[in-house]
Amino acid sequence: MQLSTKHLLGIKDLHLRDIELILSTATQFKEVLQRPIKKVPSLRDTTIVNLFYENSTRTRISFELAEKRLSADTLNFSASGSSVSKGETLLDTVNNILSMKVDMVVMRHSASGAPHFLSKHIPAAIINAGDGINEHPTQALLDAFSIKEKCGSLKGKKIVLVGDIMHSRVALSNIYLLKKAGAEVMVAGPPTLIPKYIREAFDIRVEYNLKKALLWCDVANVLRIQLERQNQVLFSSLREYNLAYGVSRKLLESINKEIVILHPGPVNRGVEIDSDVADSKQSIILQQVENGVAVRMAVLYLLSNKQNFN
Amino acid sequence: MKTILDKYQLQITIERLAYQLIENYSDLSSLVIIGIQPRGIYLSDKIFEQLKKIVPDKVIPYGKMDITFYRDDIRKELHSPNQTNISFSIEDKNVVLIDDVLYTGRTIRAALDALLAFGRPKKVELCVLINRRYSRQLPIQPDYCGKAIDSLISQKVKVEWDKEHVVLY
Repeated sequence: MQLSTKHLLGIKDLHLRDIELILSTATQFKEVLQRPIKKVPSLRDTTIVNLFYENSTRTRISFELAEKRLSADTLNFSASGSSVSKGETLLDTVNNILSMKVDMVVMRHSASGAPHFLSKHIPAAIINAGDGINEHPTQALLDAFSIKEKCGSLKGKKIVLVGDIMHSRVALSNIYLLKKAGAEVMVAGPPTLIPKYIREAFDIRVEYNLKKALLWCDVANVLRIQLERQNQVLFSSLREYNLAYGVSRKLLESINKEIVILHPGPVNRGVEIDSDVADSKQSIILQQVENGVAVRMAVLYLLSNKQNFN
Repeated sequence: MKTILDKYQLQITIERLAYQLIENYSDLSSLVIIGIQPRGIYLSDKIFEQLKKIVPDKVIPYGKMDITFYRDDIRKELHSPNQTNISFSIEDKNVVLIDDVLYTGRTIRAALDALLAFGRPKKVELCVLINRRYSRQLPIQPDYCGKAIDSLISQKVKVEWDKEHVVLY
């Protein structure tokens, strides 16, 4: 059993059997995390750097915890406070870190394709922790893991991604993964936040009416409005967005069926989702975070022997 | 191919191993048995069934443990993990680890490491169906043994549960 890839750059490059291998390995790591001693020695010979050129709470902590639970040595790098502000390039920064004998790189960058560029120039295994508006593969994997845990299987499930599809790397990774796993996928949101040719490009459904989308689906993955990536006005105000596309208790009661709610975080309460929905029983937001550590342990474990150990 | 244990011998060996456990732990209150994944669990299932038959009124905690993440050959080859299910405390208990074939001893070394993540047992013992003598790479010996055999490194011992026999290739 091996992954077909040396790096995890995106879900796009993975085969279905890679995805299944990661998810089944994650199931066993989830059990490890229930033990009195939540740690295994598998990666004690491995050093991993977490290279964060963009802010992060969950992903960064989750990766760091996953690395520590696997007994790896970890280094944390954030662009602010580093020599990046003195003008050092990405490749120079990484090569300098690697010369200190680092085996794996977990990277988040605001430029789409940054980890792909890096993978062509350095020998270490690279895990994409989010690149611009391109992909966030571990988030899609943990979303899939959480849906499987709650609903049993992905095949044939109707899953809607709600909100800022245009700027969301979570959306893109989720679409790739869910399509490969045989789920039915829909994106829903205002026309200004949905790429024009997405229906043709991915063979998915597009819906501009949130209530209709929720009536159709079994699972709704509500995405954050990525204000930091929007450089033009795409909707008039947050309040208006909330009225038209916010998932509220009232809306859920009106559709009269129990759907599972996911959100990759951080949650803008009162914008894309209301507090009473985010904190309700049908939301599995905190389970997603819990599962994130197990899924990332699986990814790190499965990629750890892809380097040339002597 | 040579048969080491046939169907009848396999059955009475399993019965004997179960009786030996009862003999050693007369009140059974501190006994815990743990089968080692992936292949040890077939033997542990059989021994557990046998124990239930002999002492139906006793509750013996029974778990299964996977040792994949504790292996020392992880850089040579990655193995698929299997399910671990230990839903009880092993603190201060007498733990009997069960595996089918004892060969180099490396699996048991990993199992001892893995076991400590669940607590500090009072004592750990090892029960195996087949002990391949003179092939150990670590100082590990069984406490309960179905049958000890001498074999060459090039040979393979296979416990075939579907055919209910043990053979040497």
